[in-house]
Amino acid sequence: MPDSNPTIEKASERKIPGLFPTAARLKTLPWWALVVLLLGISLVYAITSIPSYQDAFEFIAPGLRVTFIASVSAFGIALVIGLVVGLGRISSNVVAYNLATFYVEVVRGIPMIVIIIYVAFVLVPIVVGGMNGLGHLILSTPWLAFLHGMGENLYSMSVQDIDSMARAIAGLAFGFGAYEAEVFRAGIQSIEKGQMEAARSLGMSYFQAMRHVILPQAIRVILPPLGNDFIAMLKDSSLISVLAVRDLTQLGKLNRSRTFRTFETWNTVTYLYLSMTLLGSMAVKWLERKFKSGDR
Amino acid sequence: MTGSIITVKNVCKRFKKVEALVDVSLEAKPGEVLFIFGPSGGGKSTLLRCINQLEKVDEGEIIVDGIRVTDHGADLDTLRAEVGMVFQLFNLFPHLTVLQNISIAQERVRKWPKAQANETAHKLLERVGLPEKSEAYPHQLSGGQKQRVAIARALAMNPKIMLFDEPTSALDAEMIREVLDVMVDLAREGMTMMVVSHEMGFAKAAADRMVFLANGRVVEEGTVEQIYQNPKEARTKAFLDQILY
Repeated sequence: MPDSNPTIEKASERKIPGLFPTAARLKTLPWWALVVLLLGISLVYAITSIPSYQDAFEFIAPGLRVTFIASVSAFGIALVIGLVVGLGRISSNVVAYNLATFYVEVVRGIPMIVIIIYVAFVLVPIVVGGMNGLGHLILSTPWLAFLHGMGENLYSMSVQDIDSMARAIAGLAFGFGAYEAEVFRAGIQSIEKGQMEAARSLGMSYFQAMRHVILPQAIRVILPPLGNDFIAMLKDSSLISVLAVRDLTQLGKLNRSRTFRTFETWNTVTYLYLSMTLLGSMAVKWLERKFKSGDR
Repeated sequence: MTGSIITVKNVCKRFKKVEALVDVSLEAKPGEVLFIFGPSGGGKSTLLRCINQLEKVDEGEIIVDGIRVTDHGADLDTLRAEVGMVFQLFNLFPHLTVLQNISIAQERVRKWPKAQANETAHKLLERVGLPEKSEAYPHQLSGGQKQRVAIARALAMNPKIMLFDEPTSALDAEMIREVLDVMVDLAREGMTMMVVSHEMGFAKAAADRMVFLANGRVVEEGTVEQIYQNPKEARTKAFLDQILY
């Protein structure tokens, strides 16, 4: 395959009019990236030399860390949910299939911000209530005496113990898990059926075949969309500001009401998000190319 | 029924409205080579796939090496480890080297140490005539080489039975021989084999019995000479006349 490339490139070069080669090349330059770069440089200049920008940046920048930690942890959990639910979506087990499909269809039908609020204020209290009930059950069952320490902890658990960052991560993970499940499902289904049959006919169990034969092949299909979803997560994590988590967006809101400097505030917030997402999509493109070049 | 390593009794299998197998009964003794032939869509592949339970039967029972595989909750992983299968489209694992293809099931299923698995793999590659290909990836092999690796992969589990599902149908003409040679050797060494194929030359060289399957039914079975020289059923004769030039 690689030896056929030079001829293709030559053919396309010939199409460019010979009279104005420079003009043709100018057309293909990534001008948009240049504009982004210039805007970025002017903002760096503003932050380092204009006091109002400097103040905004110093107040908002710690939000980067919060946004990043929330996104990475929520995405990690979403990947685990995605793998388990994705396997459920292709399961021949009626219960597993329907549970998985229920989750995916319901969650994908709800706006992310509503999911985050719902998890934070409905599901988390329900889970805590369940834990209290479990704790009560353990404490009131004599033969479970050896578990009484745990039972007391569970029984005394209160909704206030779960801080807003934990709820935010739970909400994002719960919401994104449904999308990641579909990515895993599609990736696994893109592998020929014969691969699973060959693995099973060698005596491997379903999970052995998944782990050693199907998933290593599916990962090349799965990785690019997962990367894109992670970038989407960086952006959608701004929604957790409704839970008053001090992420980039929340600190922006606070800075604006503190200083009334709207332009400085939102220019800085936008700049910080863009630096993360643009770097992220560069990394995804690099990953994609790396996996394509290893094509067998 | 005693003495049979494979017993197929009154098996029926439907795909939606298509009757793939209708009341099929067959037996194979240890060391026997059964050659199954017939028109496409006649149920040959389905029968093989039912024996190692890649397909579930609707009615009837199949007993392989003393295990009633059609029972609910039969230990299919153990069964399949004892029954090697070779597919028409090879189904090698493209992300693994030839050596890894052959050793992975030994390591994961048999739990043999890596060194032992690799040693077995090298021996088998020698046996199928590809000792120099151990570090190659499947896409670097020709069709015939792929199928020989697939045979080695199945043999690595040291199976009691080998099933071949049209092993040469996807091969270019000049590669058929190298695969058939390996299969004939295997038959002579006493492996119990069920071979679905159109290669009549293989049947003559190595088969003990031939089974003619059409429309999901066993139309006729008998020794190679019997089927060739003196087919009892008109359908068998018509089919043989069509494929033999």
